[in-house]
Amino acid sequence: MALRSEAIKRRASGAEGESDHARDAENPLYARTSRSGFVKAILFGATRGIGRALARMLAERGSEIVLLGRDAGELARSGADLEARGAAGRVLAAACDLEDAEAFGPALDAAFTGLGGADLVVVTAGAFAIQERLEADAGLCQHVLDLDFTKTILFCEQARRRLLAGGGGTLCVFSSVAGDRARKPVALYGAAKAGLDHYLDGLDLRFREQGLRVVNVKPGFVHTAMTQGMKAPPFAASPETVAVAALRGIERGRRVVYAPAIWRVVMTAVCALPRPLLRRSTF
Amino acid sequence: MSEIYGWGRHPRIEAQQTRDEDLVDASREPALFRGLGRSYGDASLPARPGGRVVSTARADRILAFDPATGVLRAEAGLSLAALDRVFLPRGFAPPVVPGTEFVTLGGLVACDVHGKNHHTSGTFGRHVRALRARVADGRVLELSESNEQELFLATQGGLGLTCQILEVEVQLARIPSPWLRAETSVHPDIDSLVAALRESSAHSPYTVAWSDTTARGQALGRGVLITGDWAEPRGDAARPWRWRAPFELPLGLPSGVIAPWSIRLFNSAVFALQSRRGSRLQSPRAFFHPLDVLGSWNRAYGARGFVQYQCVVPIDRDPAIVRRLFEILVRMDGASPVSVVKDFGAEGRGTLSFPRPGITIALDLPMRGAPTQALVDRLNDEVAAVGGRIYLAKDALTRAEHFRAMEPRLPAWNEVRRKWDPNGRLRSGLSVRLLGDEP
Repeated sequence: MALRSEAIKRRASGAEGESDHARDAENPLYARTSRSGFVKAILFGATRGIGRALARMLAERGSEIVLLGRDAGELARSGADLEARGAAGRVLAAACDLEDAEAFGPALDAAFTGLGGADLVVVTAGAFAIQERLEADAGLCQHVLDLDFTKTILFCEQARRRLLAGGGGTLCVFSSVAGDRARKPVALYGAAKAGLDHYLDGLDLRFREQGLRVVNVKPGFVHTAMTQGMKAPPFAASPETVAVAALRGIERGRRVVYAPAIWRVVMTAVCALPRPLLRRSTF
Repeated sequence: MSEIYGWGRHPRIEAQQTRDEDLVDASREPALFRGLGRSYGDASLPARPGGRVVSTARADRILAFDPATGVLRAEAGLSLAALDRVFLPRGFAPPVVPGTEFVTLGGLVACDVHGKNHHTSGTFGRHVRALRARVADGRVLELSESNEQELFLATQGGLGLTCQILEVEVQLARIPSPWLRAETSVHPDIDSLVAALRESSAHSPYTVAWSDTTARGQALGRGVLITGDWAEPRGDAARPWRWRAPFELPLGLPSGVIAPWSIRLFNSAVFALQSRRGSRLQSPRAFFHPLDVLGSWNRAYGARGFVQYQCVVPIDRDPAIVRRLFEILVRMDGASPVSVVKDFGAEGRGTLSFPRPGITIALDLPMRGAPTQALVDRLNDEVAAVGGRIYLAKDALTRAEHFRAMEPRLPAWNEVRRKWDPNGRLRSGLSVRLLGDEP
């Protein structure tokens, strides 16, 4: 049996942007998952790591899924995995690279059309590099800041427009505990994430009334390909643990989800630390 | 850099271990692939301290499944636990399972594992239709009976030393329900236990015996025989089944808690408990992987760890051999809390595959240094003399001379390995210890 290798699959659909999700429910997504056990989800960056774990959990609940990503082969492999794990129907895919803001709109259009509207958009795509490398390499620094701040926000703007056009929905974006307070090892990466936090906060203020739920997931250190080879600090978690916390946050409509939850306590303490202490510390 | 070890926690070695999602990429480097590290000794450890190993467990996507045929293709790091969770409720089971479900497809192939159904279904390799693998010259090849058959067969039971396994295509078995109907019977000594085991294998698809290595005299090797089959979906077996994560043993016990005295106590308790049970319905974990109920149970042996010893002996050639091995155990104080006895069917097609017709015995031995080495040496003398062999996935202490004496198939396997990997690109702690590789 040969591996299915269609590059990019899109389901043709007549109905344009018509979402059947109930706008007036207390929490539309939660109401849906508990009532009928499925959602229509678009996941950006879910072929790997935390996104992969979260996509699998959605698939096991029988969700309809569209994957956005840059590598057609990887999308096809992950699509097959999610189908085998219970996703409803075919898992569709559309090419979307976080570097290429021009592609966000068309990719989301294809995804919304393919699903006939969506309840949930998840963004786990992003970039990371350690502080020393970012300081030494201006090009890399620009790349990481651009992806984690500007491009992520531009993608969210496109996604929220389409969610609102369909009557609302949940936009779940992965930020980081690094955005909570400036610290030496994440001074640059954390700056981009802090900016992203600020944007997501504003997005909630601006559009919650119209039915947009913004869920900001803040993981601590997670064992993924992104952090390969780094020394793991305390409370390091698996992608699965973070995905469980994220999904619970999505279901309950939480504004900010620390994953695992202990990070809420840790970061509250870190934020309370006096500046002279942070100047001297290494974490 | 971190210290890694097999399931027995002996030996330990510093290694550069990465956990890669992309095995095609990770295999560009000459790193030994390891799955979940459930081989007991040094099979999944690097050849020298600081060597590179790749854990495949994050490369775990299901790539294709055809419900009409039951053929599954997945990345090599997919675990049996994940496979059970996804496919048992749909009426498909892995064709052969070992004593734990925390193993990867790649590991199942590399060790060519066997299970309670060896007498009917053979080893895992029998059900493998194809492999995708990186070979030493850099190519990625599809291996099967019809394509590079020689390498395909040398890789089954080849302990990851012939090529790096990227994907596995395997035939799953259809099952009537995810539940099992199990029966237990008690037998007063090793001879009657072995006789009952062989007799039950004639009509039961799953059989295994657990034996008390601490019983002496008349009761030498007394034990419990467990047989079973998939249950028809009626009554309790019509209930849905859900996979659950095991309870993790949070802390290790001090070394020495698992000692002959406590093992005697434990074995007597198990024996007494089992004796009162007859026929019952069991979950797949309770039947196939009872030890998985407690995650990290290997920590119970403390910092010194333990070694497992598993051999197979041709009982038809020497009917007294099993009794002799048990006598050595008792004489040399080789008490083992988990001692499994099982009859094997025909030899598999893997060039270096472990099972062959006869009786296999698996023992967990607390690592006590020289006395444990002496016990393994003594058992190996006996096994080699009778024409038996040992299971490399379990082994940590066997000497190269013993291994060569037991394995007339080794030159043929070595030839295939040298042909495909002339410069010894893939090596492990085990290949240095037993195959004469450079560290």
